[in-house]
Amino acid sequence: MLITYLKVFLVGGFICFLGQLLIIKTNLTSARILVLFVSIGAILEAFGLYDPIVNFASAGATVPITGFGRSLARGAIEAVKDKGVLGVFTGGLTATAGGIAAAVIFAYLFALLFSSKTKKY
Amino acid sequence: MNKVERNKKYNEYVNSKKPKTRNFPTLIYAYIVGGVICMIGQGVNDTLMYVFPTMSIESANTWMLIILIFLASFLTGIGVYDRIGVFAGGGSIVPITGFSNSITSPAMEFKKEGVIFGLCVKMFSVAGPVIVNGVAISIIVGIVYLFL
Repeated sequence: MLITYLKVFLVGGFICFLGQLLIIKTNLTSARILVLFVSIGAILEAFGLYDPIVNFASAGATVPITGFGRSLARGAIEAVKDKGVLGVFTGGLTATAGGIAAAVIFAYLFALLFSSKTKKY
Repeated sequence: MNKVERNKKYNEYVNSKKPKTRNFPTLIYAYIVGGVICMIGQGVNDTLMYVFPTMSIESANTWMLIILIFLASFLTGIGVYDRIGVFAGGGSIVPITGFSNSITSPAMEFKKEGVIFGLCVKMFSVAGPVIVNGVAISIIVGIVYLFL
C-alpha cells in the first residue's frame, strides 16, 4: 500500500521535474510544454513503452499530461482493431472525451461564477 | 543612440525585470508538488475502487481524472491554483490539473470581453494546441496500426 504511493510520488514527481527542467533550460511556455508532453506520451504508447510505466506507477503515470497522450494513442489503437478505418477518426477523442468535456464544462461554470483578481505578485 | 546599443540596453532591462524564481529550488518544489498531485489522484482512485468494487479500472481512472479536473478548476476560480503555480512551476503545469487550469484561467481572464467572444473563444488558447496536436498524433498512430 505505502510502496504503491511511494512509486506514484517518485514517478509522477519525476515527470513534473522533467517539465520544470525544460522550462528552466529552454524558456518554453506552458502551452509548448503541454503539447510536447502529450506528444511524448502518445508516441511512447504507440511503441508500447508507456504501459509498463502505468503498471509500475498507476496514477503516477496517468495523472501527468503524458497520460492524456497515452489515452489518445491507446484509444486510436483499440478503435482501429475494433472498427477499422472509422476507428482512426473516432478512437482518440472517444478515449479522452471524459477529461475534455469535464475540463470544458467546469471551466465554463467557474469562469461564470468567479472573476479573475488582479495579480499582486 | 544607435540601434545595436539600444537593443542591448532593452535586453538588459527585460532581463532585470524577469521573475527571479527560475533556479534550483523550483526543481525540488516541482517534484514534490507534482508527486503530491499524483498521490491525491491515486488516493481518489483507491477510494473509488473501494466504494464501487465493480467499477472497471478504466472507468475508475476516468472518474479520477474528472475529479482532479474539477478540483483544479475550482481552485483556479478562487485564485489558489495560481499561487501554487508561482513556486511549483512544472509541478503544477504537467499534471492533468495544469491542463484544467490552462482552460479555466483564460476563460476567467477574458470574461469581461463577453461570454461568447471572450470566455468561450479564449478558453482554448492553451488547450486548443494541445487537443489539435494530440488528435493529429492519435490519427497518425491509428493509420500506422491500420497497416500493421
